[in-house]
Amino acid sequence: MNNIIVLPLVIPILTGILLVFLHRHVKTQRWISIIATILNIVISFIILQKIHVEGILKLDFGGWAAPYGITFVADSFAVLLVLTANFVTALCLIYAMFSIGEKREKLFFYPFVHLLVAGVNGSFLTGDLFNLFVCFEVMLLASYALITHGGTRIQLRESIKYIVINVLSSSLFVIAIAYLYGSIGTLNLAHLSARIAESGQTPLLTAISLLFLIVFSIKSGLLLYQWLPGSYSAPPTAIAALFGALLTKVGVYALFRTFSLLFYHEPAVTHNLIGIMAAITLIGGSIGAIAYKNIRHIVAYNVVIAIGFILIGLAVSTQSAIEGSIYYLIHDMIIKALLFLLAGTMITLTRTSRFDQVSGLIRNYPVLGWLFFIAMLSLTGIPPFSGFIGKILVGYGAVETGHFLLLALGFISSLFVLYSLLRIFMNSFWGETMISEDQEAPLKKGLIIPCLILALATIALGVGAESIATYVSDAANTLLNPDIYIDAVLNK
Amino acid sequence: METLIIILAGILVTVSTYLMLSKNLIRIILGMSLLTHASHLLLMAMGGFKGNVPIIGDQAGEFIDALPQALILTSIVISFGVTSFILVLAYRNYETFKIDNLDKLWGIKDE
Repeated sequence: MNNIIVLPLVIPILTGILLVFLHRHVKTQRWISIIATILNIVISFIILQKIHVEGILKLDFGGWAAPYGITFVADSFAVLLVLTANFVTALCLIYAMFSIGEKREKLFFYPFVHLLVAGVNGSFLTGDLFNLFVCFEVMLLASYALITHGGTRIQLRESIKYIVINVLSSSLFVIAIAYLYGSIGTLNLAHLSARIAESGQTPLLTAISLLFLIVFSIKSGLLLYQWLPGSYSAPPTAIAALFGALLTKVGVYALFRTFSLLFYHEPAVTHNLIGIMAAITLIGGSIGAIAYKNIRHIVAYNVVIAIGFILIGLAVSTQSAIEGSIYYLIHDMIIKALLFLLAGTMITLTRTSRFDQVSGLIRNYPVLGWLFFIAMLSLTGIPPFSGFIGKILVGYGAVETGHFLLLALGFISSLFVLYSLLRIFMNSFWGETMISEDQEAPLKKGLIIPCLILALATIALGVGAESIATYVSDAANTLLNPDIYIDAVLNK
Repeated sequence: METLIIILAGILVTVSTYLMLSKNLIRIILGMSLLTHASHLLLMAMGGFKGNVPIIGDQAGEFIDALPQALILTSIVISFGVTSFILVLAYRNYETFKIDNLDKLWGIKDE
């Protein structure tokens, strides 16, 4: 029995429900939230170890064997992401406790965060396409509530766009599922993969796969990212950090899953198209990142660039490129949370979101300045930090297969990332100090400690990349050899 | 029967596309809701209509596939929740801005 793999979904849901009843007791809510999230981190670590020893784990709910019942499948790829997601959530929760205000905390903030995490973990772990849709919806409904949470004017205005675009893509998701069920007759991922391999990927199936590509592109912000910068800059910092770190990554995960497990027979159509979309995303994201003076917008466009870069790995699809993408995915969850938290802290301290209106912050807040510097280097992919290993592996894969244009765009976009953040850094942190010591708003420890931990994590992941190398290469191996996945789900 | 349902789904998609392309927020929400109905009809048609009730008894000859119905039920519940949420949000928006036209909404200053 592998009942443990359902816990990353069950614990947040139960915690969320429990906290609904405790919404008046802010302190109790905080402690329960933190304990539940840490419990989840520990459990996902145990699952990761177990996969390392026993191979892919699966759980058939109610004892209904794989193609008929709903299955949860935990492979290294999924559990690595679950682990990172819960780690990031814990730190965002700590940040939220010190920044979001008691009014919001009493208005069911914590329950919604836990339900969001439940949806995210469920999407990573499920082995059934319709179940993936349901987990997506759990996650999205919680995110609708969080993006409007507090109901300020900008949130109300931007959330409409976010919700409409996501409901539209959910409807397309159902339509794609309907077509796939009509033509293949199953929705279990492993069973689908086996049947598609058996019958061959007919043009009809390729057309359906493109529908899935559109759906997941909207969710992950690949090419269809126009909704993203506006909506990610509206909510409070802690919520924006959670969104930037987790939500788009679930879409990326779904893309990797479907196009490595199900529709991998026609790479000339699908994977080339993903490559083109990634290229346009990189260009558009780079232009957006240097076009704005609003820090929130710059940070949001950095999310877009990262999505484009990760999907180069999928377009190339060699062992090293996929490994690089997985490294970069983990790195990006950590570093985007850090970047959003730092940007939010800057805005709270200076009360303006335009970087050209502040200067000399490094005198007032040296730790904040150095953390921003580390985040910038890590995002660009400078060696001691975690972005480096992912970039080099993806680049290596692109060279191996001769995708030189993608390679060039990927690395030029790093320069744009560097430029966009360097502009903030040089304008806001260097120069003449504007805030005198008695005017200076105090920087709470609770705001800077989560950022410190995240910065340490990016250093640790960069220096100690070797320590998770076995898990990552196992994850890439499973993605590239669908038979391992099918065997584990159907023949155990 | 399948053909009829699929044509009906197609008509619903057309209507919902028209509604969603308009600028009135309520029309957009109605369009979204119609689109989910269309996708449910499509899902139902994909399961097929030939056969009997979806129970495997001793004498069951041809029975209908029960899975699409289960999927539709789940999906209906989800779309019901989402639609009610966005209706409340639209009302809240109208209360705050006194505008239900999206084009004018984008022009508003944030603070």
